[in-house]
This record gives sequence, C-alpha cells and structure tokens, in this order.
Amino acid sequence: MKHLLSIDDLGPEGIEAILDLSESFSEVTQREIPKVPALRGKTVVSLFYEDSTRTRISFETAAKRLSADTMSFTISSSSVKKGESLLDTVQTIEAMGIDAIVVRHHAAGAPHRIAQWTDASVINAGDGRHEHPTQALLDCFTLRRHRGPSLAGSRIAIVGDIRHSRVARSNVKAFAALGAEVTLVAPPTLLPESLAGWPASVSYDLDAVLPDVDVVYLLRIQRERAEASRFPSLREYTARYGLTVERAARLKPDVLVMHPGPMNRGVEIAAEVADGPASLVREQVANGVAVRMAVLYSLLGSSSAYPRAAG
Amino acid sequence: MTELLIRGGTVLDETGERRADVRVADGRVTEVAPGLSPGAGATVLDAEGCVVAPGLVDIQVHFREPGREDAETIETGARGAALGGFTAVVAMPNTTPPFDDPAVVRSVLEAGQRAMCEVNVAGCITLGRAGVELAPMGELYELGVRVFTDDGDCVPTAAVMRRALEYARALPGAVISQHAEDPSLVAGGHMHEGEWSSRLGIPGRPAEAESIIVARDLELVRLTGGRYHVLHMSTARATELIRQAKAEGLRVTAEASPQHFSLTDEACASFDPVFKMNPPLRGDADVAAITAGLVDGTIDAIATDHAPHVPEAKAQPFEEAPPGMLGVETALAVTLTKLVEPGLLTMHEALALLSWRPARIAGLDARHGRPVAPGEPANLCVIDPAEQWVPDGERMASRSRNTPFAGMKLTGRTRHTVLRGEPVVVHGEARR
Amino acid sequence: MAAPGANPTSEFPTPPDGGILFVQRARVLSADDLRRAHTRIAHEIVERNHGAEGLVLVGLYTRGVAVARRLAADIARFEGVEVPVGVLDVAFYRDDIGRRSVQPLGPTEIPVDITDRIVVLVDDVLYTGRTVRAALEAINELGRPQAVQLAVLVDRGHRELPIRADYVGKNLPTKASEDVRVRLEETDAGFEDSIEVWGPPDAVAIPPTTPPGPEVGA
Repeated sequence: MKHLLSIDDLGPEGIEAILDLSESFSEVTQREIPKVPALRGKTVVSLFYEDSTRTRISFETAAKRLSADTMSFTISSSSVKKGESLLDTVQTIEAMGIDAIVVRHHAAGAPHRIAQWTDASVINAGDGRHEHPTQALLDCFTLRRHRGPSLAGSRIAIVGDIRHSRVARSNVKAFAALGAEVTLVAPPTLLPESLAGWPASVSYDLDAVLPDVDVVYLLRIQRERAEASRFPSLREYTARYGLTVERAARLKPDVLVMHPGPMNRGVEIAAEVADGPASLVREQVANGVAVRMAVLYSLLGSSSAYPRAAG
Repeated sequence: MTELLIRGGTVLDETGERRADVRVADGRVTEVAPGLSPGAGATVLDAEGCVVAPGLVDIQVHFREPGREDAETIETGARGAALGGFTAVVAMPNTTPPFDDPAVVRSVLEAGQRAMCEVNVAGCITLGRAGVELAPMGELYELGVRVFTDDGDCVPTAAVMRRALEYARALPGAVISQHAEDPSLVAGGHMHEGEWSSRLGIPGRPAEAESIIVARDLELVRLTGGRYHVLHMSTARATELIRQAKAEGLRVTAEASPQHFSLTDEACASFDPVFKMNPPLRGDADVAAITAGLVDGTIDAIATDHAPHVPEAKAQPFEEAPPGMLGVETALAVTLTKLVEPGLLTMHEALALLSWRPARIAGLDARHGRPVAPGEPANLCVIDPAEQWVPDGERMASRSRNTPFAGMKLTGRTRHTVLRGEPVVVHGEARR
Repeated sequence: MAAPGANPTSEFPTPPDGGILFVQRARVLSADDLRRAHTRIAHEIVERNHGAEGLVLVGLYTRGVAVARRLAADIARFEGVEVPVGVLDVAFYRDDIGRRSVQPLGPTEIPVDITDRIVVLVDDVLYTGRTVRAALEAINELGRPQAVQLAVLVDRGHRELPIRADYVGKNLPTKASEDVRVRLEETDAGFEDSIEVWGPPDAVAIPPTTPPGPEVGA
C-alpha cells in the first residue's frame, strides 16, 4: 500500500492488519522511552490547510516516536487566496526530499490529487466532508479493545451531522467492514442526499434506536448548520438528538460512548456523559498515536523492491 | 481568388446526400457534381472516404477574451474550433468586461474577423450579468447580436426574465438563452447531487435546480410569447418539460453538450476537476434522457460549452477548481463515437444537431448550415468518419488543457475546414 | 537423501527466494538432542553467572521465546529459582526496514526492570547477527543492564557483524543457500522438536547428524 486516502484502500483485512500492528505500537507508546528507530532517516511532512492542532500533533508525535523527521506546514486560507495552487505547494514540499505527506484539507479529494503529483506516500488526515481514515482506524482500535477481537454483531449508532462529516463516511465503512451493524441517526437535513452504497440503516428517532445499541458514536454539531436552516436551533437539536443525562440513563449498562472530538458539551453530548464511565473519548485520543504509528510504519516501513533479506 | 476543389467525397447537407466534388471560388460554392477536374492553379482537397458538409456551428463557447487571455483568446479558440470542423461559434458574454457594452462587443467582433472561424457574440441579458437591470439589448442587436444570455449565471428572478423575454420580442430573430440552474439550490455545490456526491462528500447541485428554472421560464414564455433557448440542458426532467412545451407550440429550443451525453458523475470519483462543470455531469438516467432528447428532436443542437481554464486553475482540489471543459476540438468525434457509431443517430441527424439547426437558433443561417450548392457561402467541413484518434490536451490548439476526453478512443475527425472559401484546416492541420 | 523423522517433508512448497523446491538434507538435532542442548545451556548460564539471581531471559520472537521459557524451566528445576522471562520484538529496530516488509511479531513484554540485571538474549538460530544487533538496540532503550549475554540453539555462521554467542547448542556450518529449520512444539503445531538443514536438491548433502558436542561459544 502506497497511500492511505480512504478506508476503501484497506478493506477488512487491511484494517485488521493495521489494528494488529497498532497493538505493537501501543506497547511502544507505554514505554519509558516511547520511541523506536523504525523510520530513522524518513521525513514526514504535515500539510494542513485547516487548523487542527489535535490531529497534527497526533501525527507528528507518531512520526517522532518512529524516529522519523517531521516538518509542518500550516497553510492559512489567506495564503491560498494569494494564488499558489495545490500543485505548486506540493512540488515545493517535494523538492525538500520527503517520504510522506500527511494532508488535512477543507476540500474533498485534495489528498487524492496530491497523490497523483508526488512520489511520497500520502496520508489523508481529513479531506472536506469526504474521509478521515485514521480517525476510523483509531475508533476501531479503541472499540476492538473493549468489544474485540471482532466487532461482528456490534450495534453502533452514529448520531449527528452525517451529511457534512468525513468521520461518518470513514467510520461507516470501517465499522461495517469489521462486521458491525451501523445505524445513522439524524434529522433528514443532516443525512446525505443519497445513501445508496452506504452499509448502514437510517433512523430519524434517537430514542427508538438507543435501547438496542452497544455503542453510541456522537458527531460534533456545528452552530452554522443551524444558521443554514439544517435544523431550527441547537436547543431543539439537543432535545431530539443530544445524548442527554436522561437518555444516557436509559442505555444498556455496558454501552460505550464515543466522540471524535472536539465535543460540544451540552449540545450533542451532556458533560456528565462525556466524562462518565461509558465514555471512551480520552482513550480514542490516546490510541490515535499508536494507530498513526501503525499507518506510517505500514506505508514507509516496507518496500517490495527488496523482496528478501537475510536474518 | 484561387479555386478550391474538394474531390472524392460524399456531400451531405440538409437536402440529402450525394457523391459529388465541390468547386469553390471567391468564397462561394460554384459547382457541385461528380468527376470535376481542377482548373489551373486550383487547390485540391482530398475528400476520399469523407463527408463534405456545411461547416459546424457551436452556439456556446467561452473564448475568455477580453479578460482571461491566458486561458484562451479569440485567435486560439477559433483555431481549435476550425480544427473541430466549426465555421461559426457564438462566444458567451462572461468575459471581463462582459458583453453588455457595444464597444466591447464591437472589439470582439473585429478580432473575430481575423480568426479561423466566424466568431459571433452572445450579449448579456442584464448589466454585468448581475440579474437586475437589462443590458442594452437593442444596441447589441444592431451590431448583429441575436443570442442574449447571462451564461455562467442563471437569470435568477422571474421578473427580470419576464422583462427580457418581453423586450426581445421587438428584436426579430433574437433569443433569450438561459443557464438553467436555480442559484439558491446550487449554492456551494460542485457536482451532481446524488449517490456519488454523497459518497465523495462533495456538495451537490441537484437536477431539480435545472428543471425548476426551465419550468418557471416556460411559464414566462407562455406569458410573454418570447423566444427561449435552454443552454447545455442536462436533466431528464428539463428535457421532458421542453418536449411538452414544443408539443404545445411554444417557441423554445434546447441544446446539449457532448459531455452531458457521454460522461457521468461517476467520473468525479477521481476528484479530478477536469470533470467539473456547471451544470454538472449527471447520472446514467439523465444521460439516457439527454440522448433520447437528441434522438427524438426535443433537443435541437449540440453545443460544446467550450470553457478553457489554465492548468494552474485546475491543479486544485475539485471543490476549488473552476467549472468548465474544453470542447470544440472533440465535439464532432464524441458525437460520432457515442451517437452515430452505435446507430442512435444517422450522420445526417448528427450534422443537423451540429450545423444547420444551431445556425438557425443563433440567427447564423444566412451564412452557415447552408446546403452545399452553387451560390452558397463556402463555409464547409470535410469529415473523415473512420479516423480513429485519442484526444490529448497537450496537443490541442487551445491555450488550456482541460479536456475531459483525454485518452478516450474516438472515431471520426475533421480533415479539412473551409471558411469563406479559404481552406483554414487541411489534413487536420491549421493553416494559420 | 531425506532424513528420518515424523515431520512433514514439504513444509514450504516453494522456498521464499525462488522457484526451487527445497528438500531436507539432514536432521541435525532430534528432540532428545534439543532437550540435552538447552539443558546444557541452562547449566552454563547459571555456572557463568554464579547462580540465577539477577538474571532475565529475553526471548526474541518467535522461537527464541519458546527457548527462553525452556531455559527458565530448566533453571527452576535444578536451581529452584524462577528467572523472569521477557519477550522482545526487534522488528522496529531492524536495519532492513524499507528494504523488505518487516512486520512486528508481537508486543514486547519485559516483566521486570532490566537496569543492573544480567540480560540473556535467547534466539533459535544465530546467522548474520543483524537480529541480535537490533535486539541490543531495543534492550538499550528499555534500560541499562549490567551485562547482556546471548544464547542460541544453533550458530550457523555467515556473520555480517562483530557479534558472537555466549552459549551455543550446536555450531553448524552451512551454506548461505541453505535454510536451517527449527521446529519447536510450542511454536510449530504438528511438529516434534527438531533442527534440520534444507536446501536445493542438487547441492551436496552435509554430513549426517553428530551428537551435540561441548563446543561452547565462549
């Protein structure tokens, strides 16, 4: 595998392989010196067109714990307006001699375009509304540790702004690939226009779905969606789709609650639930580094050019 | 002026088909008969195995001049058009400044005089294409403008559209052409809204944005008695509305672009913005309906919406690249490959869509799309229907490279183009 | 040519480096030989270190782990001391990452702090020395041992680095074109303990098995 642009690049076996590899790196991250020399001499560039400190730090930490060198480009929308094309930027970075580009972009498919222009491996760290594959992988890793080794038969509700969510697009594919039954829960205005090809069922009624689920995966709700008349108000959203304390109390006792962050406490998730025993939110963040180490190692740590070497 | 003899081909025009050589002198066809011999000093164009037809007419091109001469100029755009077999085009008004001013229109028409095909101008409906105040349609009409449109943009309000349709009734032969997409429904959208946009996470432009505007405009045509044309129609619903309007006897016409009957929104899964245009590439059902509309005559013309963009503009993510595709050099071949070769259209029907019908819509039928007969203006193209080729943006006459047909195997190509008696393209090479 | 034994003779239908079907040349150690070899190594470890206190046995994935556990069991039997056994995956320390696909074999687990202890690295076969080099680097990041020693079942030669073993079950001259195949019950289901030399069929077979001698890589 040269690039990680979409969960589609992996398939069920590829996902499992990354998750297995993540177990090894998870052990590394818990060491006193949480670092291995595996990618010594490799250079990993983070190219972020959106400000996402969380994701960028997670990737850079992963690269550093593999002993790779890291460079960071955060490109403000103002400098984009000055007219440098994405191609120009990529060629500039590539001229520095790099092995991987971690891309966050506000436009869908930007990493796919970059992958056509560079010899480096491209990792999608979130592109527009399209995909966020490493988020899906770390969520699978986190869930597998609680419900594993298989997610087969797990019932997962993804609740919130599915339409505008790259996390939803990646997670639906990844959860389904691992055998989970996924239900999307949102008002119709926050669901994709077409669900053809989505391995998920749909409900508009959170209260009808909650009694049966094993995992509630909440997505961030953005205020501007209300302003664009996707729903009347945040208050109404919380009343109908928020995981309030009252709703959480009606969940099965072993239900897990997840959120990709950053959370709007009091909107899609009550603070008490976010910080409660069912919440895996912090674990998701912690696992992010190990999973991203596994992704970087998978892309940069092997080559088919030398099929065999002596031990 | 020297004589030109087009020898060995099959003449095909609106009146029918016959084996004949065509003699041209002083810009006009002088003789059409089998077995003609060249006179002294005559230029002979080999048309063996070819169709000799009236020059093609493209009623929707963007030649970017004035304003974006880095993407295309009248000279380069017309050269590409000539290579594609076109002898006349209608340039859309979304230039900078736009074609809402007689001085701008006059300068473009003058530049067009020197070009390798006849460059006509579509005037703006509203000043600055802003959709508010009417442009000086009468003044532009006096300069020869017959097509009025705010293309690039839709005339958004019913009231302004009504006034334009009403006012143009005083301008015989004028037509109000609409880029039919409801701005409020397509705002922020970049591709056809449907399965693919939902999967790719690219904001969509629903098909209904087109049919809503066409439906509204047809009500206004009925109200005003105006003449109305739908640019680059792309949806099944709009096609059905036009079919009904024609049955009702309204004065309406419609065109479709080659990309809308040959490509689908699935192409956008590559995230390559070469497949981005407005209205967007649609799904299979819409492509089938557009094809059916071309076959049954609901759609009157094939027009390219030739929309050059510099490579840097397309070297962006899909959502950030401008919409538009090159078309003049591939339109004939795509039509022959996708519609004639599979037997959906005869060559005669294809040429009707590419030559005499669009010439009539745009008021160019005194000079273009004429029968190939003595005394007629010698605007002709010679088509080799069997030549196989693969388009390559790098080798096009356009200043831009954004062809969506690159790498596609096409059958049929222009061999020669004759403009006002002058062979401007000979054996696929531009002569100037 | 095929040596006696209960094990299947075609474990790898196609050898990893080409299309030649390898055949078994010789069974170098039988199950009994193997037991005697690791028992002897266990004794030598205790003897050399004046007891078993302060020792940690660290097995290298995959078969080194099984050997380390056997050594610990031997020591427990005759010394009455439970020596801690760790497992070490050296994949991330290898020097051929990027030259071939290097996959980790399992999480590293060292149950005690190795600082100021004597670490005995345990592997099945010592060959180029690159695995041991990677192991030394990995150990170094886990702590600062008082000393690191190396125990292997087989030393087959062909070293590419200045590394040698402190304890060797058997010195076994081989050709680079040959494979040394170690089978242990713990890691190779369906096989009995054995060490065999395999190679291309046209090569000359090496001499038959000799009992493990006292040759200790001191």
